[in-house]
Parts: sequence; structure tokens; C-alpha cells
Amino acid sequence: MKPKNIVLFIGGLIFGAGLAAGGMSKPEIVLSFLKLEDLGLLVLMGCAAGINFIAINIVPKFIEKPILGEAYKPRTRIFGKNTIIGAIIFGIGWGVSGLCPGAALSSIGIGNLPALAGIAMMFVGAYMMGRWFS
Amino acid sequence: MLETLVAQNTLTQNLFPLGLMPYIVGGVLIGIAVASVYIITGTHATQSTFFTSTLSYFVKRPFFQRRTYLDSREWRLYFAAGIILGALIYTVTVSAEGLWVSSVPLWRFIIGGFLVGFGTRLSSGCTSGHGISGLASLSATSLYAVITFILVGIITVNILGVFGI
Repeated sequence: MKPKNIVLFIGGLIFGAGLAAGGMSKPEIVLSFLKLEDLGLLVLMGCAAGINFIAINIVPKFIEKPILGEAYKPRTRIFGKNTIIGAIIFGIGWGVSGLCPGAALSSIGIGNLPALAGIAMMFVGAYMMGRWFS
Repeated sequence: MLETLVAQNTLTQNLFPLGLMPYIVGGVLIGIAVASVYIITGTHATQSTFFTSTLSYFVKRPFFQRRTYLDSREWRLYFAAGIILGALIYTVTVSAEGLWVSSVPLWRFIIGGFLVGFGTRLSSGCTSGHGISGLASLSATSLYAVITFILVGIITVNILGVFGI
């Protein structure tokens, strides 16, 4: 197994445990955020993004390059109308299902097998998007 | 003094009925995961590209055969497997609750899942890509995307609520 894949696998284990610990594996809790009954999702996202902010913006000032990589690259995405149209479509799907990609995977992990149907349809949606734009 | 404390507690209970701890613990774990992966490999551990990159094994159309998908498809599978297993391990060891099944009707996962797959790929990011890595990279594009999908999600749930769904 390649070292990078091992790191990503272990990272996934912690990521998945975090989603489960933070309740995000349960569509009901995500939906209660969108109903504005429980704002915990914002706290969780803020904590995660805050820690990641340090890794992305501060650590590279002290460490020249990653042990298993060529360079540190901040995540850049060019803004376009598809950024917003896609986010609108995602927002509707998120509100209907209470699932987003990572949370859906962790949902299977906590035993919620019906989320498999959601993941299967995410593949179909990603396939349709790729077809549409090629 | 005491009254202020009581008022603060009531406010916290109203905004966070399950308390703050689960969200802080979960957010810190997710933060440690993505930060460690970035520091060690220089890679942003994000989710939604996983669908397109995994499809690249089966779909030969040029869109799916782009370098970015071929180069990342392997680690994305390991990352996804880790997420499923990590949630399972947490549930059967740390959590006292045990395995759990949602009571959200299946049709909502089916229709919602399709829109999530299509929308996140069109937008080039999801709650992890735009939300956790994009915001941490101070990307304006991601900030606009996050604001949009949260607002649209809130509107969607409330419209469904009007129809008693």
C-alpha cells in the first residue's frame, strides 16, 4: 500500500469518527440544523475549518514542503455561474435528504444502510453532470 | 449575576438542544484529520470529487478521464473507506448508542442524493470541499458556495415543512 493511501485511510478513519461523534451521520440532525432548530452544524464546521486554516496558512511558513508531496497548494476554485447553480442544486438535495457526500458515507458506517440509496444516486448525479458537460 | 447565567444557559439550550460538546468534539476530529493529511501530503482531503474520480474506472468519456480524476482516484477510495470504517468503529466502541437507522423516508435519499451528486460536482465542492477546505483557504468562491447551499437548504426544508413533509 502506498504511504499516501495509508495517510488518507487513517485520515478517513478520524474524519468518519468526527462525523459520527458530531451527529452529522444522522440526516435528522442535519435537517434540524436546516430547520434552524439546532445550530450545532455551524460550530462543527467552524472548528474543523479553523484547525484546517492553521494547517493551510501557518504550517507551510515553517515547513517547506510536505513529507509525502511536492508542494503545499491552497485550494483554489475559479468562481463562475456553475459555482452558484451547483450550490443551489446541492442545497435543494441537502434539504430534501439531509445527506452530503462525506456524511452519507459515515451514515452507512453508523448502520444507516438506506443511505446507500442516497450514495448510489450521488454517483448517478455525478455521472449525469459529467455527461452534460462533456 | 445568577439571572444572566440562567438566561445564557437557556439561550444555549435553545440554539443547541443537544449541547455544544458533540459538535466541538466532531469538528475538532474532522479538523485534525484534514489538517494532518494536508501537512503530511499537501492534499486537501475533500469528498465530492470521489464520485467522479471513482466513475473514471468505468466511464471512458473524456470528461471522466481527466488527469485530476485519474491522479486522485486511488487515495479518494482509501479516504472514503476510512470514513465508513471510522464511523463504524466510533459507533461500536465509543458511542453507547450502537447501530442506528434513520427514519427519513427512502425517497428523500433517492431524490436528494441525485441532486447532491449533480450539484456538488457542478459547483466543484461540497460541505467538506467548499466548507472545510475552501473556507480554510480563504477562498471567496467557496464562501459564496457555502452561503448559497446553506441558504437554499434552509429554504428547501422550510418549503417541505409547509407541505407537511
